[in-house]
Amino acid sequence: MMTDLTNLTVAEIRDGFRAGDFTAREVAEGFNANVAAAKALNAFIVETPDKALDAADAADSARASGDLKPLSGVPIGMKDLFCTEGVQTTAASHILEGFVPTYESTVSGKLWAAGAGMLGKLNLDQFAMGSSNETSYFGNVISPWKRNDGGNAALAPGGSSGGSAAAISARLCPAATGTDTGGSIRQPAAFVGISGIKPTYGRCSRWGVVAFASSLDQAGPMARTVRDNAILLEAMSGFDPKDSTSLDLPVPAWEAGLSSDLKGKRVGIPQEYRVEGMPAEIDALWEKGIAYLKDAGAEIVEVSLPHTQYALPTYYIIAPAEASSNLARYDGVRFGLRDLPDGAGLQDMYAATRAAGFGPEVKRRIMIGTYVLSAGFYDAYYTQAQKVRTLIARDFDRAWESCDLLLTPTAPSAAFALGEKQADPLAMYLNDVFTVPASLAGLPAMSVPGGLDAQGLPLGLQIIGKALDEQGVLNAALAIEERAGFTARPDKWW
Amino acid sequence: MTESTYRIQGATGEWEVIVGLEVHAQITTNAKLFSGAATRFGAEPNTQVSLVDAAMPGMLPVPNRECIRQAVRTGMAIEAQINRWSRFDRKNYFYADLPQGYQISQLYHPIVGEGQIEVTLDEKDPDSATKVIGIERIHVEQDAGKLMHDQHPTRSYVDLNRSGVALMEIVSKPDMRSPAEAGAYVKKLRSILRYVGSCDGNMEEGSMRADVNVSVRRPGEAFGTRTETKNVNSVRFVMAVVEYEANRQVDVLESGGTIVQETRLYDPDRNETRSMRSKEDAHDYRYFPDPDLLPLELDDAFLAECRASLPELPDAKRKRYETALGLSAYNAAVLTAEAETARWFETLIAESARIQGKSESDVAKAASNWLLSELFGALNRLGKDLETSPVSPTQGAELLALVADGTLSGSLAKQVFEIMLETGDTAGKIVEEKGLKQTSDTGAIEAAAAQVIAANADKVEQYRGGKEALFGFFVGQTMKAMGGKANPKVVNEILKTMLG
Repeated sequence: MMTDLTNLTVAEIRDGFRAGDFTAREVAEGFNANVAAAKALNAFIVETPDKALDAADAADSARASGDLKPLSGVPIGMKDLFCTEGVQTTAASHILEGFVPTYESTVSGKLWAAGAGMLGKLNLDQFAMGSSNETSYFGNVISPWKRNDGGNAALAPGGSSGGSAAAISARLCPAATGTDTGGSIRQPAAFVGISGIKPTYGRCSRWGVVAFASSLDQAGPMARTVRDNAILLEAMSGFDPKDSTSLDLPVPAWEAGLSSDLKGKRVGIPQEYRVEGMPAEIDALWEKGIAYLKDAGAEIVEVSLPHTQYALPTYYIIAPAEASSNLARYDGVRFGLRDLPDGAGLQDMYAATRAAGFGPEVKRRIMIGTYVLSAGFYDAYYTQAQKVRTLIARDFDRAWESCDLLLTPTAPSAAFALGEKQADPLAMYLNDVFTVPASLAGLPAMSVPGGLDAQGLPLGLQIIGKALDEQGVLNAALAIEERAGFTARPDKWW
Repeated sequence: MTESTYRIQGATGEWEVIVGLEVHAQITTNAKLFSGAATRFGAEPNTQVSLVDAAMPGMLPVPNRECIRQAVRTGMAIEAQINRWSRFDRKNYFYADLPQGYQISQLYHPIVGEGQIEVTLDEKDPDSATKVIGIERIHVEQDAGKLMHDQHPTRSYVDLNRSGVALMEIVSKPDMRSPAEAGAYVKKLRSILRYVGSCDGNMEEGSMRADVNVSVRRPGEAFGTRTETKNVNSVRFVMAVVEYEANRQVDVLESGGTIVQETRLYDPDRNETRSMRSKEDAHDYRYFPDPDLLPLELDDAFLAECRASLPELPDAKRKRYETALGLSAYNAAVLTAEAETARWFETLIAESARIQGKSESDVAKAASNWLLSELFGALNRLGKDLETSPVSPTQGAELLALVADGTLSGSLAKQVFEIMLETGDTAGKIVEEKGLKQTSDTGAIEAAAAQVIAANADKVEQYRGGKEALFGFFVGQTMKAMGGKANPKVVNEILKTMLG
């Protein structure tokens, strides 16, 4: 073989396969082999090599008959939050261990219909709650990256889409699905040096995606290049009558619309994102990003998002409130785990099942959510948080009067070591400080690699756009990608 | 409009009863409120359940337009405010019959606001007092499933057929003051729902049930503490609950106790209510807006369609029957109380008018009398109702036409009707085959009358001596001799002449 096919991007696989440079089966076999050899990363909960091969064979036949689809020949990883028909779906929880859906989520169904094949179900933070992939019932995902300090600390791949991030970075799959509630696509993408976009709320159907916080959850792609993200997002998006919050709008041709020429675009730099105690390296990265965008023709303007400091507490009221209710269905009655102690009544069964089935972080959020919705506290917390959410959205609306896009760092630090922040939930929650505002406002936002820190770890830049302006976000990310020349990849140690 | 005089006579004086009702009415639709699953009553357990109803992971609710439409039409029928903007909330609690762990309901912004219903306290009495009962709101919500405790010695089973079925909760103001008012309210509400077609009102099958809020007070004083008796499923039971609860509360208060705000259950076998849970044990339902659903926004076209599709409602119909059709207040009230009766009656008079070539108002009176006495009497006897009636409105109209044109006398008509009920044949066919046609043949009648007079010389003497009531005896005997087929008018005339 001339090249290692697993180093190719989605676009390269698609085009090379079409051109007859290689077969889809060769591609699938290459990734299957990488997946099988990467147990140490713990990126997958379930591996589905046969599914990848079946899709590849179908693609090879389709090519023979001239009946190709947009993603024919491309195998991908599926975050284990998407229900997949006939394949265990757990949300990385014990309570759903062994649950095999009889149905396919809308988004995964669209990807299969577009010709993609499934390499497996990717590990994640339990019920997508976490920023380090340390809350999975099936164990931590280990980042393929190491610090260049000679130490051998196992690093967090970020979360909650940590399995997706690690797998793409380690060439176990060329692309994967993620979901983003407060930064779960963008932060892990930044931690492992890949790209990921959370589209406008409502672009991707939530039907068949295990719910965390309904008003925030959005699916999106993760891949090594901006173009790959555009390709995947086109396949994943679209109106779904089964999701009342889905947007009834046509899906733009984002890949065809890619352009890194930002002339006439104004990019806002929100002053409130210069948080205290932020590492100088992050600041320097931000400055580099500004320079890249200027170079691409954009005008840089200072903007203010005055309610930014309230975004994190607001998020940590609204998301747990919704989660406390969304996760009530895991009760041991109809599916999943049931713990029925001898002589137990219904209440005992609930208590035993949920005590055994949920991990500590999930329990913590259920309790927070239950508390903030309780009689006597509802107005002080939930109602207040909804008001602040409106103010945050209004901040963005005001900012759009003077700019078209916003540039910020994706996370306040590079990847941290596993275990480093586990003892302090609040320190962990701070990871989401830059990603949460766009989630609360339902805006499209993307992380793109900007460079490495002094320890050789990737850092990400975030582009936030107006509602429905995924094109603007992708184009600005493309401008950074072209200029940052980010080619670093982790040395294989697994 | 009147003030109720119903009072509980306690040992320490009079008590007034305050009643408010929350009626849960299942919306008549083919599909559930937020899923495409069917809603057939009595289906095998767990055969009417979609992935959404079973709350499988990742499933999402999508509002059923028809359910929303029916709630709006119901609101319009009680002259209520229709809220163009409303929202669904989650009511969170754990129970095995509640798969989501929450019920989707409308606490903060219901679809229908304040309205009212006028009730007649005794529908059989045209002079009965009427009273306007205020409606606080109508909101739309999901029903829960059902637990089955009798399938296994130690386990309970769950049937999710009802899970997600659309209900309207119709909340009255605390405007009722007696068991009779509560009963009349439920009946009238049921009548309106059936007219509108938004609920079949079938309380036995559970498609309509009431939570009965009762408190007592000294007349004129502030409201007392109320209790709520859940899931009462007949008009009679609603009245029984009010009566029992009011008397129980008076007993408690008069013996120095206090009323606890609590939920109670009614036991029809023992005719008593029992405490289910007190306010202290009450759930904290943690209501919050359902983030899976967008607010409901109703546009002009939708509202206009809802209004245009409303049928003539019972009050308007009753007035029209009295004024345009000239029916008695009693007949009008009974004919309009149930949509089905009015529908039957209107077909009957339309057919009668067509066959007889007259206007509906010309035939309405005879038709209403026949329907209410003859047909209802027969159906009652046979244990049937209008829906299962062996005689159709068209067949009834044909019978009425034969009476109107003199072919049948009243008593012959009764005979023909009996045969119709038995055989299902048409009146015309029966008259033809059995020769039941009325005769005005004066010769035959005179002969029969003469025989009767000859055989009853004593009574003739008494009659002629002034006992005029005996005239009916001669009519009856002559009719009998004629086999019931004589024209009674002719019989009367002949007897008058012959008896002098």
